[in-house]
Amino acid sequence: MTAELVRGQNHPLSQVRLEIRISAGVPVLAGATLGDENGTVHGAQWVAHPGAPALPGVEVARQAAVEHRLTVDLSAVPEAVHRVDVFLALPAGAGPSRFGAVPAPCTTVHGPDDTELARYTVTGLDTEAAVIALELYRRQGAWKIRAMGQGYADGLPALLADQGLREADALAVVRGATIPGPDPMASHDHDTHPAHGAGRRNPYDTRVPGDAPARGSTIDHTHPRRPRHLTPPPSSPPATGGAAASPATGGQPAPPVAGDAVGWSMEERLYNQVWGMFEDLARTTAAYRSAVDFADARLEKELDQALADPRARLGDGNAAVREAARTRREQLADRARAVLDRDLAQLIAESEVVEPALPPAYARWDNPVWRGYRVPAEPPMALRLGDLHLPESLPLRIPLLAVLPLEHGLWIDSGATAMPEGAFADSVALRRSAMEAAVALAARLLAVHPAGEFAVRVIDPAGAGARALRPLTGAGLLAAPPASGAAGVAEVLERLTRRVDLAQMAVRGGAAGALPDDVDAAQQLLVVNDFPHGFDDRAVTRLRYLADEGPAVGVHLLLVADRADTAGYGPLLDPLWRSLMRLTPVPDAYVADPWVGHAWTYEPALPPAGSRILEQVLGEVATARTKYK
Amino acid sequence: MSVNLTKGQAISLEKNDGGTLTAVRMGLGWQAAKRRGLFGSRTREIDLDASAVLFAEKQPVDVVFFRHLVSDDGSVRHTGDNLVGGVGQGGDDEAILVDLQRVPVHIDQIVFTVNSFTGQTFQEVENAFCRLVDETNGQELARYTLAGGGEYTAQIMAKVHRAGSGWTMTALGTPANGRTFQDLMPAILPHL
Repeated sequence: MTAELVRGQNHPLSQVRLEIRISAGVPVLAGATLGDENGTVHGAQWVAHPGAPALPGVEVARQAAVEHRLTVDLSAVPEAVHRVDVFLALPAGAGPSRFGAVPAPCTTVHGPDDTELARYTVTGLDTEAAVIALELYRRQGAWKIRAMGQGYADGLPALLADQGLREADALAVVRGATIPGPDPMASHDHDTHPAHGAGRRNPYDTRVPGDAPARGSTIDHTHPRRPRHLTPPPSSPPATGGAAASPATGGQPAPPVAGDAVGWSMEERLYNQVWGMFEDLARTTAAYRSAVDFADARLEKELDQALADPRARLGDGNAAVREAARTRREQLADRARAVLDRDLAQLIAESEVVEPALPPAYARWDNPVWRGYRVPAEPPMALRLGDLHLPESLPLRIPLLAVLPLEHGLWIDSGATAMPEGAFADSVALRRSAMEAAVALAARLLAVHPAGEFAVRVIDPAGAGARALRPLTGAGLLAAPPASGAAGVAEVLERLTRRVDLAQMAVRGGAAGALPDDVDAAQQLLVVNDFPHGFDDRAVTRLRYLADEGPAVGVHLLLVADRADTAGYGPLLDPLWRSLMRLTPVPDAYVADPWVGHAWTYEPALPPAGSRILEQVLGEVATARTKYK
Repeated sequence: MSVNLTKGQAISLEKNDGGTLTAVRMGLGWQAAKRRGLFGSRTREIDLDASAVLFAEKQPVDVVFFRHLVSDDGSVRHTGDNLVGGVGQGGDDEAILVDLQRVPVHIDQIVFTVNSFTGQTFQEVENAFCRLVDETNGQELARYTLAGGGEYTAQIMAKVHRAGSGWTMTALGTPANGRTFQDLMPAILPHL
């Protein structure tokens, strides 16, 4: 099991013979320093670098390279060595001179049998030319690994000096590593400001410039997660006043990274990151809309005043006043737009790294992850129901993720939506696309659950959904053929009602999961097309029971219905509709976010037109199911 | 380092090195005054509430208080309602975080107020203070003590307003009466 480390995090090592693989986008020098229990490196002979690649227990590459494999045998390092710091440096004089300009280096630690033990991507670097990526250290006789990410703007000399190496030794190492000697100005700068390299990047660093850094205090404990709130990178331009109009000036924010959020697993981190992006987009849009509304209101007021003033009403003065008011409005709106564009650019950049990193359950159907689809061993924590966007945010789309198991049933609205005239020639086409959206959702739910743990049943009273259902029926993935007619409806509902009842009894009896052999233990999804056709009062009551009681015991509803068709029931079914999450088969603006309450446009997650991805994935599911049985 | 503000005093929120502050925290702390006499240990709980009102050209646009903990734009955040005040000494009982970089462009003033929700006057409050902290490094920039509180239930503490490309804080310290910030609006307007 690979541990994904974040900066400052440590992790126990179960092995002593390790291979550390480093992959950077550009050629880098890799090396290691051996330090005592205080972290001090006693002389140049304790530094493994291209000029002296082999030390007891540590071996590094002889030259700069894009990919590195360092071998470490912790049982072979001298007793006095308590820390092994793996560092990376950009070769001077060739290529980029700062890590901010190159892809974030990725380090992985492998055991002797090639299993990956830990992984750390060194993110958040900017002007640094050298960085301590990982530290292996002894703690009470055992070795642990810590993700460091401690960068030095003044390069390798500063890094080595910080490790306690005397200047002459550091220079010898630097020369040995085939790097030209440090720029005398840079060296001078380093001497006067020892905290320079670290202090610039670390907003929590309270060290007074000029103070010698205390030993052991050089770990940058800032968590690299979400730097935008309250602790923005100090190098980013102030977003106030006139400066906001020129967001391109000054430094640039740290490049976004997928999984840059809290969580126990990558999946949870991505989930939290997506919600973080959702909230950020909601709030930054709220700021923009509020500013523009204010600018409009002010313009209105100023125009009214200009009209009310009898002196100004005549002559050119009035026109000038109105013109000035309009200019003021435009200026404020432009400033607000500049801030929004700056935030959008950052969120779009984040989305561009997050989307490709998403697991199948979170990914769009056109994501390559679906092409390499394999039936998972664990159910996911959430499911992508579709995409959300605001008019201002295009082309940025935020995944709408719902936690699994679903707490509420889903309702795909095949009724009238706020679509432009003529988009759908008739309600038949809309109903068909609603059923297609339902099938795509059902297929996604089937695919993201382990084989045999999720079953789909369909009620299609008039058989109207047969064509849309073909991907499911074709792969033979339905628990039973689609039920039709009043008798079929009653039979399926009766079966599921019994399952819910038995599961509840089992839970009450303290034996959750203990079901009779003839009851399918898998989670159930009931897809109902054209509700309430084929339903009598008794069936409607059963369906409401399933909607209320089912989710807690693994029975879920997916209704495809036009609410107008149930007008005959009057208000009696209103609670049912309210308890379901409404989704539309076509883009429509009705999803409210929980922070500001914007109306977000929802787009269903559908396979690209003409794509066979649904069939391919379902074929894989069907194969796995046969093996499982 | 910290400046003890007096009423009406203004400080610029520019850093010594010329950079502007990016995030500040308005912290509020208090204790209920001990009652004298028999059962003196039975102090009556006092609920002070910190609020921040965001203004654009003297019109209130948004407010952050215990029922709306985050401004819609996300730039101002209240850390949550504290109903009883400081059990220990020092520390902030309620805090409002302001991400100055993210404040919308049209917001030009943010006014911080304190109300006694439970109705006691500031005479019954001990060790009350309001302080402004640089959130990025925890340094206290300014402190304003509520001591000598009189027969009133609210105070307009301070305002942070745009000045040039940066922000300035002015200590207001105006007493007023009211249960929540809504009651204070007439008292706030003259200070804008």
